[in-house]
Order: sequence, then C-alpha cells, then structure tokens
Amino acid sequence: MNFKHKFVFLFPGLFVLIGILIFPIIFTIRLSLSGWNSYTPEMNFIGITNYIRLFTDDPRFWESFFRLSFLSVTTVILQYVIGFALAMMVWREIKFKRFFRVIFLVPMMTTPVIMTVIWRTFFHESLGPVNDLLGGLGVKPILWLSDPVIAKFTVIIVEVWQWTPFMFLLLLAGLLSLPKEPFLAAAIDGASPLRKFVYVTFPLMAPISIGAIIIRLIEASKIMDTVFVLTSGGPGTATETSSFYIYIKGLREFQMGYAATLSFTYLVIMIISLTIIAKVLTKLMIKE
Amino acid sequence: MSKLYTFLKYFFITFWTVFVVAPFLWAVSTSFKDFQSVNSKVTYIPWLDFEPTLEGWRVLIKSPAKGGVDIVEPYFNSIFVTCTASLISIVLGTLAAYALSRFTFKAGFVRNNDITFFFISQRIMPPIVLSIPFFIFLSTIGLLDSLLGLVVVYIVLLMPIAVWIMVDFFNRVPKELDETALIDGCNPYQAFYKVVLPNSIPGLIVAGMFCIIFGWIDFFFAFILTFTEVQLLPVKVVALNSSITPWWSLSASALISVAPLIIVAFIVERYLSKGNLSGALK
Repeated sequence: MNFKHKFVFLFPGLFVLIGILIFPIIFTIRLSLSGWNSYTPEMNFIGITNYIRLFTDDPRFWESFFRLSFLSVTTVILQYVIGFALAMMVWREIKFKRFFRVIFLVPMMTTPVIMTVIWRTFFHESLGPVNDLLGGLGVKPILWLSDPVIAKFTVIIVEVWQWTPFMFLLLLAGLLSLPKEPFLAAAIDGASPLRKFVYVTFPLMAPISIGAIIIRLIEASKIMDTVFVLTSGGPGTATETSSFYIYIKGLREFQMGYAATLSFTYLVIMIISLTIIAKVLTKLMIKE
Repeated sequence: MSKLYTFLKYFFITFWTVFVVAPFLWAVSTSFKDFQSVNSKVTYIPWLDFEPTLEGWRVLIKSPAKGGVDIVEPYFNSIFVTCTASLISIVLGTLAAYALSRFTFKAGFVRNNDITFFFISQRIMPPIVLSIPFFIFLSTIGLLDSLLGLVVVYIVLLMPIAVWIMVDFFNRVPKELDETALIDGCNPYQAFYKVVLPNSIPGLIVAGMFCIIFGWIDFFFAFILTFTEVQLLPVKVVALNSSITPWWSLSASALISVAPLIIVAFIVERYLSKGNLSGALK
C-alpha cells in the first residue's frame, strides 16, 4: 500500500488528542514548580521545593495512596472472582439465561455518582433500609458511613456493585468466543467439572483475564465519585484516596502548585506500577 | 455433589440479583414518599407502609422559580455532550485504529504498540489531574461553562476507548479483505469506506455503546468545568444531595437519569447472545 495514506488515517485522531492534552500536561509540570496558592496566585518559580515537601513532609498523601491501592486492589479482586463466577453460571444453558445476563449488566450502565447518592440513603444509619432490616434480625445498627473501618467496606461494596458487571461482560464475551475443541477433548477424557475449569477454561481465559484486570485496575485507581458523595473522604481521612486528596489541596485549599506536584508524581507512580503489574500478571497467568 | 453445586449456583445467582436490584427498588419506593414517610421511620411498601405521593416526580419538571428542580434542560445538555463527543471520538478513533492495525509506523523507538498505548494510557489519568489545567485552558479560550468546552474535554475521555476497542476489532478483520479491494482498483480510502467499514459494524456499535456509557456517567469534569450557564444531569442530581436532602425528588431524578442507559444493557445482551460481541471485546 502507498505509505503516505497511513498518516491520513492516524493523524486526525492523534493530533486532536495531543492538541487537547499538550497544554494541560506542560502546564501541570510547570505549575508543579511554582508556589501558586491563594496568597500568591502567580506562576513564580520555586524549583523543586514542592517535591521536597511531598517526599519529606506529607504523610497524608502517602497514606491516601496506600489506601487507594488497598481499595482498588481489593475491589478488582472481588470483581474478578464474582464476575468470573457469574459469567461461568450464565455461560451455558440455564433457565432465564438472558434475563440474568441483563440484570448482571445493568449496574455498569448507571451513573456511579447518582447511584452513590441512592446508596447513601440506603446505608443511612437511622433512616436507611439496611440497618432497619438488620435490626429486625436483632443486629445492632451498623455505622456504615461513620466508622473509619466499616466506611472503607461500604465504599468497596458500592464499587463492587457498580463495576462487577464490566468484568462480567468482558469475561462472558471471552468465554463465548472460546474454541469448542478443548472442551470436547476434556469431555471425552471424562474430566470432572473442577478439573475442566482448572486445566481447560482458566488457562484459555488467561489472556482475557489479564486484559480485563488491567483495564479495571486503571479505572479503579480513579475511585473518586463514590468517595466524593458517599463519605467525602471521611470519617476523618478514613476513605480519602489520592484523587480526593489532590482535589482538597487544589480546589478546596487552592494550593494549585502543590496539587500539580501531587498530580504529576501520582501519574508517574501509576504508569510505572501499572506497567509492572501488567508484566507480573502476564508472567503469573500464562505459564508457557 | 452435583446437587449441592446446583443449589449453590442458584443461591448465588438469586443473592446477586437481589443485591443488584435492591437499590433500584429502594429508589422507586422512596420516590413516592413525602417528608413524613422518610423521616419518621423506615418504610417500604406504598399504601401499606405509607401513603404514596407524586410530589417527588412533579418537582422535576417545575421551574426553579416555583420551587422545582427542572432537570429537563440538564437532561438535554447531557444527551448533547455525550452524543457529540462520542461521535467525534468514534470517527477519529476508528480512523486511527485502522491505521494502527493495518500499517506499520516507525519513528525513533516509537512503534505501533507505543502509539496504541499512548491513546489508551489517557485513561490512566484521574479526572482531577486534568481538571485544574483544563479549567485554566478553557477559561483562556473562553469555553469554560459551555457545552462546547465539555465536548472538547470528553473527547479525551472517550477517544481512548474507541481506539482500544477498534484496534482489537480491526486486528480480527482479515487483511485479505482490504487487499482484495485494492486489487479490484479501490484506493485505500475507498477500501476502508466501502469494504472494511461495513464489515466492522458490530465493533462500531460496541465502541459506540462504551463511549456513550463512559460519557454519560462522567461527573467530575462536568462538576469542575461548569457552574450556572450549563449544567449536566449528574451534577444537577448530586446538587440535590445538600444539607436537607429531599430524598423523594432525589430518587425520582436518579431513576430518570439512569433509565436511558439501561436500554443499552438489553442491546449488549442481544449482541452477546448472537455472538457478535465476543469478537469485538476480546
């Protein structure tokens, strides 16, 4: 094929994306070297002072980062296990198969922030149905949103509800596209369902699983809407994630320069760690 | 053994179905309540537990001057921004994906995979990282608090999705297809437009649905980049979640906002059952 045509296809998209993004990225880097805050709202140059502050004197950011890692890894593992189980169950013939497939897909179509508003009334400690129904069983009211430990699990429950369908969709689409021959061979050998899963289904699903987990990790690392509405990072800083902390520094306290430093550092850490996770997962799940 | 397995299976399916449906049922019930039935004690079933009222739904179409919420305008704003940004992203993303799937690019150490990764990696950025510079960027070019400004921002959000799905999809469309077209005398654009594109409709539909989903559900950009002139649906609904929350209109508006995309769940399921989605989503 003629070679100049390929640029005609690629460049519109590439340049629109770069065109929109180039300013924000350069601006963020430059801003991170400035002391822009509400007292001195200007683009001065203070060198790497912000970075020194971040690495020596800001445990709250690192705590929020580890909290985010905990929340996103836990939710993605839960989503993967539950999503895989659900996909396996409606993969083959089962009564009302299509009904269940639709039901299992619905949450991912709903706006997280809006559903979280509903969840907030759902988990309301005195007027919500959860504590009321549990109360009927004799369970004492649970502090879903105001206990530092339980609030984390409430966030996890909502995230799992919201995004398990996405995992379910990718895995079910994968299952439906698997070749039939390996399963026939296993059936002829008389393999038990468990062995069939361990030796046939799971290995065949490994590449799809890796893709799905990485995509979900990328999306889960952005947990923000849920926290924003459900707990506002609270109680205290119990559910504060990196994004939310950057939001507080940048748009509530107007320490723009420092927020840019946090943003840039966060981005670098995320890109590096996601690349490493992708490599490790590929090694672990694909043996050959 | 197998009886136990069947029992566990149906138990789990039932449990999950209840879990998925519970918040919706609660929202439907709450949307018909009034102040009394929300705040006195927890109530569930209309007529039995409380006297239902349509007030929660009625305020949604009243103008704010009369104490209403008026979600009609935000509704259309959301539809406009989502559809425009999705359309642009799909067109540009599909072209780029086609190039990345069919041609080889080489510039220094940059190869096709790196360019694809560049597109997809935009999803790694949390909205908060981009929102501050976008705020300043849009106010410089005078697009802050406007529909057009949001469309520009949403393209960044959605094009990576379009590229991700379409690159995978084109890799599955046999190359012989375009080669035959070229031998038959088409130029590369005709080959793409007349032969490859018509064979890519399942991929385009999946990419389109994903763009619409991820555009429709965004909250943070709309929250930071608009104030009074333009309001999108999620922002409007969340704004109801203030100090004294009117749970009834909140539930009603939430249900209306999530309703249109639930249709998408049915479309996705249709494609799954017909086996058209598997190729597009692997």
